[in-house]
Parts: sequence; structure tokens; C-alpha cells
Amino acid sequence: MPKVTVDGVELEVPQGATVLQACELAGKEIPRFCYHERLSIAGNCRMCLVEVKPGPPKPQASCALPATEGQEIRTDSEMVRTAREGVMEFLLINHPLDCPICDQGGECDLQDQSIAYGRGATRYHENKRAVTEKYMGPLIKTHMTRCIHCTRCVRFSEEIAGVDEIGALYRGENMQITTYLEHAAKHEMSANVIDLCPVGALTSRPYAFEARPWELKKTLGIDVSDAIGANIRIDSRGREVLRVLPRINDDVNEEWISDKARYQVDGLTRRRLDKPFLRRDGKLVAATWNEAFTAIASLNPGKSIAAVAGDMLDCETMFAAKKLVGALGSTLLEGRQTGMDYDTSSLAAVNFNTTLAGIETADAILIVGSNVRWEAPLVNVRLRKAVKRGAKVFLVGPEWETTFCGEFLGSDLSVLGKLPGHVTEALKGAARPAVIVGGAGLGRGGLEAALALAGEFKLVRDLEDGTKWNGFNVLHMAASRMGGLMLGYAQKGGIVDIVAAKPKVLLSLGADEVDYTKFADSMIVYIGHHGDKGAHAADVVLPAAAYTEKAGTYVNTEGRVQMADKAVFAPGDAREDWSILRALADAFGVSVGFDSFDELRSGMISEVPALGIEGLADYGSDLPAGGGSAAGEIAYPVKDFYMTNPIARASAVMQRCSAELLQGQEFAEAAE
Amino acid sequence: MSLQDKDRIFTNLYGYQPWNLAAAQARGAWDNTKDILAKGRDLIVEEIKASGLRGRGGAGFPTGMKWSFMPKEPPKDHAGNPRPSFLVINADESEPGSCKDREIIRHDPHLLLEGALVAGFAMGARAAYIYIRGEYIREAEVLFAARDEAYAAGLLGKNACGSGYDFDVFVHRGAGAYICGEETAMIESLEGKKGQPRLKPPFPAGAGLYGCPTTVNNVESIAVAPTIMRRGASWFASFGRENNKGTKLFQISGHVDKPCVVEEEMSIPFRELIEKHCGGIRGGWDNLLAVIPGGSSVPLVPAAEIMDAPMDFDGLKAVGSGLGTAAVIVMDKSTDIVRAISRLSYFYKHESCGQCTPCREGTGWMWRVMERLRTGDAAVEEIDMLQQVTKQVEGHTICALGDAAAWPIQGLIRHFRPEIERRIEERLANTAVAAE
Repeated sequence: MPKVTVDGVELEVPQGATVLQACELAGKEIPRFCYHERLSIAGNCRMCLVEVKPGPPKPQASCALPATEGQEIRTDSEMVRTAREGVMEFLLINHPLDCPICDQGGECDLQDQSIAYGRGATRYHENKRAVTEKYMGPLIKTHMTRCIHCTRCVRFSEEIAGVDEIGALYRGENMQITTYLEHAAKHEMSANVIDLCPVGALTSRPYAFEARPWELKKTLGIDVSDAIGANIRIDSRGREVLRVLPRINDDVNEEWISDKARYQVDGLTRRRLDKPFLRRDGKLVAATWNEAFTAIASLNPGKSIAAVAGDMLDCETMFAAKKLVGALGSTLLEGRQTGMDYDTSSLAAVNFNTTLAGIETADAILIVGSNVRWEAPLVNVRLRKAVKRGAKVFLVGPEWETTFCGEFLGSDLSVLGKLPGHVTEALKGAARPAVIVGGAGLGRGGLEAALALAGEFKLVRDLEDGTKWNGFNVLHMAASRMGGLMLGYAQKGGIVDIVAAKPKVLLSLGADEVDYTKFADSMIVYIGHHGDKGAHAADVVLPAAAYTEKAGTYVNTEGRVQMADKAVFAPGDAREDWSILRALADAFGVSVGFDSFDELRSGMISEVPALGIEGLADYGSDLPAGGGSAAGEIAYPVKDFYMTNPIARASAVMQRCSAELLQGQEFAEAAE
Repeated sequence: MSLQDKDRIFTNLYGYQPWNLAAAQARGAWDNTKDILAKGRDLIVEEIKASGLRGRGGAGFPTGMKWSFMPKEPPKDHAGNPRPSFLVINADESEPGSCKDREIIRHDPHLLLEGALVAGFAMGARAAYIYIRGEYIREAEVLFAARDEAYAAGLLGKNACGSGYDFDVFVHRGAGAYICGEETAMIESLEGKKGQPRLKPPFPAGAGLYGCPTTVNNVESIAVAPTIMRRGASWFASFGRENNKGTKLFQISGHVDKPCVVEEEMSIPFRELIEKHCGGIRGGWDNLLAVIPGGSSVPLVPAAEIMDAPMDFDGLKAVGSGLGTAAVIVMDKSTDIVRAISRLSYFYKHESCGQCTPCREGTGWMWRVMERLRTGDAAVEEIDMLQQVTKQVEGHTICALGDAAAWPIQGLIRHFRPEIERRIEERLANTAVAAE
């Protein structure tokens, strides 16, 4: 623990800290552009210069200088002030003065820091540099004249994303940041460079010229586009969600989100269900809430009612539906829409037990049936970090382009029964071995076979440092999955059991992936927000709220309970899901035990206490023994990363991404 | 007191004899190299330290001390295997005015190869990489051929010179970027990346080429090492002043009667150097305007101050300049001095790698102001502004290119400010006349 002095204040800093970090610990603000906590140190913007003794008699880049014992650091001296002014002047001489028409305005590092550390006026009277725009795809809008060459975007794509998509061409003042041959950036995390860019060089194309940051209401939310539960900030104006940005949570998403989480929100204003519909003569026609409720209640289903939960549901909605179905005397609840029927008697066996942050420390990882890049891009980032630390990764399943040099062992589940020697050796020799079972690996005995491996390789063990290691992981794809399982949304035989029960009424809670042809005899009541597959098959459509339009509790794939706030109101006649279910209870003439959202939530918490505590739910660490043999070709369920849920399917941005980045369609650039 | 022929290290500097192995051996190269290596690592480093040899690439860091920074025990990688160490020889000679390494490589390449073995052995290096400037095509051909000769004769490679030490030499051709002559940019370039200097620390001796301990030395520093070992540190140290020992290749260009590259004693007075080897200044000593004594990166020195200055590190520092690579650029009174320095500014603007802000933005700014000062199209205050801008670049950058771009301009303003002001006034007067 070296002791340093910052502006006369002595303090101890952690071993390995940089001078910049030492200054921050001392409460001093150090301006910076290229330095970023999660990227490698470039030291090229020179904005963080400070005076350090002992050392050469010139200012030092504090971001790259290790703090050592006895250093005397000054951040307030004349030398530092002139150095900052000088660097700021250099940054500004070729930066256009177009702040009034720049989308970064109001949240621009250069703007802020030039006010704080720059000199008042310019001395530069030559012509400014201009750089042509670079095409970076449908998500990233470029204005490269504004670029200050901090190379954060280059380092992000190299280090975090793991694809060499962005780089620098030419040298000196002609240096230009661009994608390779101006091909679109295709990585599913690519839009994070927009947040990283300290100036307006890389801005959001879908959000271009939409709003100024100070006009926006900021709401803390949880992303539902995959099962990771990325922490997001929902920026809205009036009734419209304009953009989604990541929030920092080192346990979950660090500070990244996938492009889908970021850009599916324009789908929230398209194809929305904004009034109830009834099917009359084979056609859905608009109706009033009363007509819809009467139609459902008149069927008088009694206990012949079932509920199927969709992928993006919050726990409160599922609990309310459970109460309603229960009040009518039924226990037919299911959330696994596509027919999976794995055993859910132990939640630890279907949980991501290492935790998302923990998988980084694993040293040998076997992935079974998961296209991680498409099913959970944020986990892919973690896997890449693990490999950088020396982990070996093996995969069972059809090949996809890993960004971490994983070794594919075969695409049939039967590989699990006969792992090659070097794989078993690596897993046996590992201090922290881990197995990840994806959606495509759960069925056909895959989960049981993987559990058997967990026993064989002792995935659950005590580590040398006294902590417990549970290396068995299941990587889900639905944001509602773990919450649903905690609330009992699982039948022994999966959805087949529901089909066999032939319910008179099937409550479809935003379930758009169900094969509704099997429910031809049931009245399908779709409670959801988008006119997607579920609504098409429905007999009654009750318009509900999307994830940005209701408060809710979500449990991610590692069992982390997180709560989201409501950002905007649902459009038209649409109501929050819980209030629809409450009204439906009145129509059926039963009592569900809550009259307000707060009562609903406290009812849920008293039944499942874990849902009331934000953080990791405890499922224990005992895994069932597993066994048996698995066989069958693995087919990943996600066929199109940008089209996995009804919001994304309604989103014009996601459609464009899918068409351009995945199907290779060419789009002519609109003449700007 | 000038250097005698018997004391010359580079005996074939002008290519009067063939460069090949047989001829080089006849001149004394590769003579009992095995015995030199038999002295052991420490003794070689001690001998080089005692000789007072300072790096010949420009910065003048004591070579022996640099070698001693290399780890005695190789560091281990994360799997516990020892990492190799490397010697990188900087033959990316791109400094305007410099042309000494070129002469060594094309006429005496075996001195360099032998030096690579001696120096590599002394620092425990597994291999040497010679990074040769891309534009040196014939020189690279000679170097490749000489290397093959040395391998064929068993002087390099496995059991080099029968010493029991395995040592490889690789020759790598650059692509013509000045910045790749900076040691860490050279390492980046060798690794196949864009040639941009790295942050220091870590220094190359800790983590250099491929993350392994590396020393980067100039061609001349390496090429003189075997001769020092053979003739002894005291012989080498007998030349030059204290702290500026040895012999040195001077490269005199510009307005002298006979421009040349010549090996001379360090600390030789400027006047003697020019009179003896270059036939004097064009138009006589009264016609001398200024001299850039160490390649384009050092400030110029006006005639009066340079004439009797000793040509060594300390002597030139005393007149506000530096020895650099000893590339002496002589300018007589026919020179448009502002234009000359402006051209150097253009060079640095062109060669800035663009990595860090002050140099990327500052070099262009300085050149544009210099161009206006050249024609007088500026205000007098802009001279002070330019001076400030050079100060804002100097010492604020990752590598020394920023300093190198700033110093020539600072030298110009220091010594020739009246000339710049005269141009501004002249232009003002002309425009005033035109307006009337």
C-alpha cells in the first residue's frame, strides 16, 4: 500500500493503482478522454497530465503512471494548469464548433472539460481539418470531423467485443478512425462505442436529432431482451421512450448492453395493442373492456383454465395470474413456451450458479448447446475475459464464431457421454471448472447428462480461499424464466401437460412463441402489448403494458432479483397487466387477495420471500445427481439475433439490422 | 590531435574494399569472437561501461549501463517457462541529415553482425532483430547476404563462433515511417502493428518485444562494440573529453565544399572538423550562417557560437543544441533560414504518428504558422504564440517526436527572431504601398 501525497494531502492507495486513481481517491477531478476504467490504458489524449515528484521536470500522464511510495503529486500547480490548457487547445483547434447541431451536446466530455479546463478564446486562425463520414452500419452515425482520436472505440472492439472491426488509418493529423473498408460494425455489442465516444464523432443513428439530454426523463429499468437482466436507464419524453442506455452494475452488465437491448425500443410505438379485441366470425374486431370481460366470463371455465407466461414478463404479472388461476382452482401454469420439459425440482440445477461475474474466474469451461453471442452477448464478454486470464473453453453444438478461440467438440449431444481426453483432463485439472448449458442443450437428456458431468468433475467444491464454487450453469434466454420457475410456472411434462388438460380458457401472458394450433379448442385470451403471433391466434386480446410501462421485479439467469420502475404510460386503452388480471377476477367472481400493486407485491413477497430481496436468490448448492445419456443434434433456438421478441420484431431499427447485418441486404445511403 | 588511420573502427567506410566476409575478416572483423564471448557477460558489460561509450542514436545514453538493465535471470511467463530476451538494432535511420548507419551496413555489415552477437551475448539475448529502414533497398540486400554468409560460416546461429551460445539474427525491413525509429514504435512495428510509440513505463528492458526484455540500440553503438572488446576500453576512452569518449561518425552535409561521412574523435572542434574533412565552408567562414549539429531534431546554432565548439554531447549542449546523431547540416548565408526550418516542420507534421494530441495537432499548427512566417504573412505577436505552442508540445507527448518538432522552431526564434520580424514588416510595408 504505497503512500502518496496529492496536493499536500497524504493518503494510502491500493497496490497497483495509477496516479490518476490516487488523485481520484483524494477527491481530485482529473480530466481525461482516452482513459476508461474498462479498457486498456492508451495514454494518448494527454489531458490527465499532473506534476509528479520525483520524476522528470515535465508533466506526466497520470493514467499510465503507477503510484509509488513517497510520490508527491500536484494537480493544482501552474504547470498542470497550463498543460491542461495547452492540450485542450490542441484538441479544439481541429474540432468543429458545431455544438448546436451535435447530438452529443449536453453530454459531451469535450464540452464540459473545455469549460472547466480550457482557455477562453482561440488563437488558431488556420483552416480546420475536415474528415469524410465513415459508414459504420445502421446503428452508429459518424461525424468524424469531431473525432479527437482517443481510440476508445478501437480498444472496445478489440478488447471487449473481440472483433477487429474498428481501427485507425493514416497517421499524424490525417489519422482517421474507421471500420475496415467502411463495412458496417456487425458485433452485437457494437453500439456501446457510442457511449464510449467522449465527443460527437460516434452518435446513435436511430436517436439522431431526437432530443436533448436535459429534456429527457430518466427511469431506472431492467432489460428484458435476454435473460441477463442488464441494468438500463430508460430515457423518455412525454409518452415515448426515446432511448435506452446502460447503467453500471459490475455484477451484471458492467457498463455494456447489447444492441438489441439498446435499440429495440422504437418497437414500443409500433404494432401496439391499444384497445381490447374480440374474435367475431374469425376476425378480430375492436371491443370495449366490458365486452371482452363478459365474453371471457360467460364461458364460465371453472377450474379448466391455464396460464402460459411469455418471455418478457415481470414476476408481479405472473404472480397475479397465478393467484387468478389458483382462485379458480387450477394449477396449470407454464412458462417454457416452446415445449421444454426439463426437471425443475431443484432450482440450483437450472441456475447460472457461478454468477455472471464469477464465470470470469473459471479456468476451464464446457458450453453445451448455446450460441452465447446471440443468446447472451454480455456473457460472451465475460467468457472472453476468462479466456484472457487463461481459461480454456470447449463447446458442444454447431459452430459459431466465438471471439475467444473456443474449441468445438461436435454438434451432437452424445458428445457429452464421450468427451475427448484433453477436455476431461482440462476440466479435471481446473481449480474452477464450469459447465454452461444453453437452451438447446437442456432437452433430450442434456441437462441430466450435464449434471452427471458436474458430479464427475466436482463442479461444486470448496475453494482454497474458503469460498464455495458452484460451476454448474444454465444459461436461459427469457427474462421471465427464473422468476417463473420460482413462482411455479412449470409443469412436469412442460406445455404438453397443458395441452393434454384441454383448458377451456388459456391465459396467454404475452406468450408469442407458443404453438397455438394445439389449443384449437380453448378460448385463448392474450394479455400482451404487441400484435404478434400470440395476438394473431387469440380469441380475446386484452392490451397490456410493455416492460417500460410498468414497475416490476425480474430475476435474471443467475437468480438475481432486480426491480424496475415505470418510465411511461401504456398507449391507448392498454392497462398494466396486474390490473387486467385483477379486473378479470371480478369478472369471474373470485377473489385474488390484492387491490393495488403494492398489495400484489407484498402478497408475492410473503409467498416467495426471495423475490423481495434485491440480489442473488439462494437456491442452495446441492445439485441432483443427473445421469442417463443424451443424444440428438443440437439446433440453436435463436435464428436471428435481432428478431427474438415481439418488441424487436416490431422495431424498424432491429428489422434493418437483421436485413443488413444478417441477411446481407444492401441499403443505399440516403443523400444527406 | 585528430584521429589516425590506425585508430579507425570503420576501416571500409567508403567501400574501397568489398563488404563480404573474407574481406571483412581480412580487416579484422570476426577475429576470435569466441574469445570475447569467453570473457563472460559481466566482463563485456563492464568493459563497455569503462569505455564510456554513449548511445550513438541521438539520446547519448551510456550503452554499457543500458545493457546492464537487462535481467540476469530471465523472467517467467504465467506457465513458469523462462521468457527469452531480445536485442533490437535500430537501423531505421530516417533523421534528415543522418546517413552513417547506411554506410556501415553497405560497406561494413560484418562489424554490425559481430556486434550483434557480442552485445546479444552480453545481455543474454536469444536473438537480434535488425530493423532496417524501408528505403534502404541495396543496403538491406547487402545485410541479408552478409547475414547468410555469417550463418554459413557458423558465426551466427547454433553454437555461434563455436562459443556454445545459440544466437540468431533476423533482418526486418521497415515500411518507411520515421516514427518507427523510436524504440517502442519499432517494437510495435516488429510485432506487426501500427508503428506507434508505447507508454513508458514499462520500459523495453522489462517488457519489450513480444512482452519480453528487450534492448534497442543504434547500429553504430553495436558496430563499435567488438572493436572496443578487442582493443580495450582504455583505448576507446583515450579519445574525446571526459564523459564524451570515443570515436564517432560525423555526417557533414550542406554548404561545405566536400560533404562527407567521416569517423573522427569525439570533441573535435567544429572548425577543425570542417577544415580537415570537408574543405571548408562554401564561400569561407564569414559566409557561415548557422549549423544544425545533430540532425534535424536539434536546435540550430548560429555561426559565431558553433565555430569553436567541441563536437560532443556536452559541448553542443552548452550552446543550446545537441550532438544527436552527429549529422551536421551546414547552412551558409544564401540559405532562407525560415524556409529551412519550415521544411523541417513539414517533415515532423508528415511523420507524426497521430497517437497523442499535442504532437498530432501541434505539428500541423506549427508548420502552418511557420509557412506564414516564411512569407511574412503574420503578425509579430504570432512569433510569441508560436513559441508558446512549441512549449505546449514539448514535454507533453508520449515519445520525443514532439520535442524534436518543437526544438528547431525554438532554435530559430531564439537566434533569428529579427529576421522573422523583418519579413513581417517588409510585407506590411509592401501591402501598405499596394493599398495606396
